[in-house]
Order: sequence, then structure tokens, then C-alpha cells
Amino acid sequence: MTPSPMDPRPNAKKDRIDSLAQTAGGSGATATAVKDVHVGAAGKVKDTGGVSLIASAWSRLRRNPVFLIGAAITVVFVLLALFAPLIAPHDASKRLPQLLENLTPGNIPGPMSGSPLGSDEFGRDLLSRLIVGARQTLIVGVFATLFGLTGGIALGTLAGAFGGWVDSLVMRVVDVMLSVPSLLLAVSIAALAPKPSQWTVIIAIATVQVPIFARLLRGSMLAQRGSDHVLAARALGVKQSSIVFRHMLPNSLGPVIVQSTLVLATSIIDAAALSFLGLGNPDDRQPEWGQMLGAAQGLIQDYPHLAFYPAACIIVVALGFTLMGESLREALDPKSRR
Amino acid sequence: MSNATASSTTDPGTDTTNVADRDKARRWREGGSEPLLRVRDLRVTFQRQGAEPFEAVQGVSFDVHPGQTVGLVGESGCGKSVTSLAIMGLLPERGNKVSGTVDYEGTNLLELSDQQMRDKRGKDIAMVFQDPLSSLNPVIPIGLQVTEVLERHRGMSRKAATPVARELLDRVGIPDPDRRLRDYPHQLSGGMRQRALIAIALACQPRLLIADEPTTALDVTIQAQILALLKELVEETGTALVMITHDLGVVAGLCDEVNVLYGGRIVERGDRHDLFAQPRHPYTNGLLASIPRMDAPRGQRLVPIPGSVSDNLPWTSACAFAPRCSQPIEVCTQKMPELEEHHQRALRCFNPVEVSR
Repeated sequence: MTPSPMDPRPNAKKDRIDSLAQTAGGSGATATAVKDVHVGAAGKVKDTGGVSLIASAWSRLRRNPVFLIGAAITVVFVLLALFAPLIAPHDASKRLPQLLENLTPGNIPGPMSGSPLGSDEFGRDLLSRLIVGARQTLIVGVFATLFGLTGGIALGTLAGAFGGWVDSLVMRVVDVMLSVPSLLLAVSIAALAPKPSQWTVIIAIATVQVPIFARLLRGSMLAQRGSDHVLAARALGVKQSSIVFRHMLPNSLGPVIVQSTLVLATSIIDAAALSFLGLGNPDDRQPEWGQMLGAAQGLIQDYPHLAFYPAACIIVVALGFTLMGESLREALDPKSRR
Repeated sequence: MSNATASSTTDPGTDTTNVADRDKARRWREGGSEPLLRVRDLRVTFQRQGAEPFEAVQGVSFDVHPGQTVGLVGESGCGKSVTSLAIMGLLPERGNKVSGTVDYEGTNLLELSDQQMRDKRGKDIAMVFQDPLSSLNPVIPIGLQVTEVLERHRGMSRKAATPVARELLDRVGIPDPDRRLRDYPHQLSGGMRQRALIAIALACQPRLLIADEPTTALDVTIQAQILALLKELVEETGTALVMITHDLGVVAGLCDEVNVLYGGRIVERGDRHDLFAQPRHPYTNGLLASIPRMDAPRGQRLVPIPGSVSDNLPWTSACAFAPRCSQPIEVCTQKMPELEEHHQRALRCFNPVEVSR
């Protein structure tokens, strides 16, 4: 899948989310049934629940090259981001004397010893900036997804738990948000902020993710509402709040969690896009891939590598998350199992 | 068709327990006790926009006395489950109209508010459903699902409720209850899941238990175990049981009184011994005749009831069963037979099956 940020067909997007929710809705019962088979096949009952579902998914994933590639990219990226200051050969915010020596208005020094990718336009080490940039990208991606997930779960629970007019109201708001192309919406929200920073980017992107999660969760909550175990819980007089939070929500979260790995990829692309447009953190001592790409824009004729490296990083990381998310979804979705 | 004597289905006559059963049943009928549940003229109508309203339950009335086991029997679509959901107040408000009265110890359950009804469910009236796997929450352990009810209705803390839950699981015959408390539904076998559900339903010692085809999803040996367990528990605790089933074998083994439903109305009611010995309604008779019998000669074909449940006439203008009936007479398609009570039995038929003895 290619989550085009400028999707011209918001309806297609909606349909896709709905179909996702539907497959997930059915998965409550089917997944457990499959779990059962797996337990039977293994010949013993494990002591903790859920393990068998994860175990069966893992046995499929382990042999799936798509997942392995995606996971490898993701792991490398996360490690780079976590240990960026230790891995980067130089301080990403400092201009290096050895690079400055050769930096003239007409010349940006290329690869040399101690600086394998050469200099950026101000004489800072490009490789170090890329590595440190991974950290910013991860922070923005993870926080934007987390906030989006939180907002989406809140709205989706509200709509799915109450139904009726609450559901209609929440879902119309969500529809309106989905009808605006996501990047356009993100740009508008980021532009509202008086002072652009990393956090305005995070909030803008999180807002865009909220309707996706809300719709997905609402769909599976509705499926849960009609399920036998919820009826059984109602027949026992269990309180409405317990039914929602103990019986419906935990059974509906699966598809939402899987979707979040896919949304992480979109968040990273969107974050890069916002930074590229100058809506991100203006302080370029804290490098960020989109912002580096934006800065390289004017120099692309003479120094295409300045744009190429950050762009490649964005693409590879987004690809990694997408591959991983897709194969996770496939592995956990009983309908697409072979 | 007159071979539907009771000899093979139940064992009446000399057996002393059966005599005791009959005495018990007579006591109930002669008004020895006030009925625990008195359902009168219960009607459920499904209304959907752009479609004709459909009356799934059309004026069902029956009594359940304390400690009594009452069967609601009929094939799919005759309104058994809808009746039970209506009694529990579990039908979605939208699209359903429920009328009549459901008196539980003098309170009309249909007039209670949502909150009042929620306090009653699980505490006074509990229900066991058909499919034990899907009726348990797959993501939380069994123990929590038992203690949840105890916490809710008996105001116990989780800590205090745990030993009670353990006892309950032990009582319903789940081995190693300590470990099972921590298990998830998918780790239990079908029979154990149904046992767990029964434990949950009986956790707060309700006075009335509604079992909606509790054995349908289980295999035959487990069915027998679960039925034996239900019978035992009901007798031990004095809980009244409404048994909803399409399986006459279940009725024969368990119920004191049987209501046979067809097309949303009761067509025949009677003490189980009388009913099995002398079915008067052609439908009851047909159901009994269609059961495979051990003592039938080899190669003898089963006797089905022709047609399907959808070959109905509307009750308002005829007998709904007339198109499938083995002995219809002219009047059957012209007006509706009324449910007439006589000799402690009730029958809705113009041309009942002759008494064979």
C-alpha cells in the first residue's frame, strides 16, 4: 500500500478503513477459534493467554521475507535513533574545521577521510546530521502516532459505546476531517501555530491520524456490541462502564494497534513534508530529514546528494514501517491466512 | 402415528421418582405456591423501516413456580429465544416492541427502568446461552469473569470474591479450579466453558435461570453431563429453570412442564409425562414421531414433519400449522384455534390427535 498523503478520494480512504474494521470485527471469534486449533496442534495448553495467537502469528511472520526486511529496517532505524549521539562521528550541530577549510561559496566539500558523506552547506558533517536526524524523525513519528491513537481511541470508544446520536455526531465530525486531504489538513493546523516547533508538527500530524483510528475502532466496537459475550455480560447485569472498558474495548483494539504501525510510516512522511515546507522546527542545529531536504532544495542542481540522502532515509524508513505493518496485519488477520 | 407412547422416551409407571415428580407437578398446578414468574400475553414485534412489522412472539403466557423446570420447545424461528430475551429485557430498544406483562415476584419486569433491570439481571434472573465459546470474553481470564458478577451484585471485593469463584468452579465440576481461574476461555474445552458459564450464571444464586439451548453447541456425551449438572444444581439450590430447546430428549430428561411453541404461539402445554405419553397437537405428535428410536425395526425411515417453518399461515386468520399438518380439517384454514385449557393441559387445535389409550 502506498499511503499517498494527498489522497484525492477521501471516500476510498473511508471505505478502506471500514473494510479493515470489518475484517477485524469478525476476528474476535475467529481469532480465538484459530488460537484453539493452534493450542490443540501444539498438544499442550500454555499458561498465559494470548501467547498462542502471537506465537502462531510469529511462526508465520518468521518465514515472511517481507516482514523480515521491514523489521530489519525498523530495528536499524530505531537503534540509530536511540544511540544517535554515540554513533554519529561528529557533533551534528558544529561546523567542522576540516570541512570549513574547503567550504567556499562555489564549493561544498564531498566525501573525505573522517567525513564519509562530506559536508552540508554550512560545513557540518552530513552523515552525523542524518544519524541525529533519525532521532527527531522517530520522536515526531512515535509521538504523533501515540497522540493520534489516544485521540482516536477516545472518539472511537465514545461513538462505539454509546451509539445513537453520540455515534452520529462523532462520526460526522470524523467524516468532515477525513474529507480534507490529510496533508492539507496537517499543513493548515501547523500553520495556525504562532511559533513553529517540533511539537506543532506532532500535534498537526496527530490530529490528522485521529479520524482514521476513531473510525477503525468504532467499527470494531460496533461489531463487539452485537457479540455474544457482550450480550452475556449484559444478561448478568454488568455495569455499562465495565462492558465498554472490560468487554468491548480490549476485544476491539487489535486492528487499531496494527494500523498504528502503518500510520507510523505516514506520520514520518507527513512530518518530513511539514518540515520541508518550513512548518517544523526552524532551528537547524537540530537536524530533521525533511528540514534537511528543504534546505537542500536550492542546491539540488549542483549538489543533488544533499537532497538525495535525507530523501532516501525518509523513503527507506517509511518503507520499513509499511512492510512491517502490512505483514503484521496479514499475520493477525484470520481471513488472509493461508 | 399412535406409537408415540411414552415407553421409549421416558419411563413412566412403576418408577417411584416419576410418581414423586407428578405429585410435585400437581402441587404447582393446584396453586400450592405463587408463581415466581408469570408471563402473560407477551408479544414481541420487530419493526423495521420500509418493511411490514413482524410479530415474532404473539401472546405467549406461562407460569414458572419456584424450583420448577419449564421447557419452551419448538423448532428454529418459533420465538423461543426472543421470548427469553424479552423476559430478560435484552432486546434492543430500537426496532422492537414488547408488550404484555412479565411478573417476577409481583414486579412487571417490562416496566422497570434500565438501571433497575440491570440490578435484577444476574442477581435474580440469570441466563445461560447457547454457544459457550462466544459467550465468554476471549481476552480476560475465567476467574475475572466470575468475580465480576460477584463484585457487581454482592458488593464483594475482588479479593473476597476469588475464593467464592474457586468454589463455584469446583461446584460445577471443573477440575483444578485454581488454575482454571487464571485460564482464558480458549484454553478450556467446550464442556468446561459451558460449566464455567453455568457457574457465572449461578454465582449470585438467582431464583430463576433461563437456559437458551445450553447444550446445542456441545457433543452428545458432554450434553448429557451438562444436563445432569444443570438438573443437580437446580434441585440443590431450588432455582427455577426455564429451558429453551428444540431437543425433546432434553425436555424429557429435565422439565416438569413443557410448552410447545409454533409460529410464536403456544400450541400445547402439559406435564411432561402426559405430553410425551399422549401428545394431542399434531405438531407435538409430529416432533415426537420424528425422533429416531432405538426400538424401531432396522431400515425404518424417520417420519419428518413436511414443509418448513416458513410455510406458515398467519395465526390471525387460520392455524399457522395447517399447511404442514397431518390431519387438517376445513376449519383449520378459516379461523384461528384458541388455546383451551382442560385437565391441566392446554391445547390449540381444532382436530387434535386421538387419545390412543
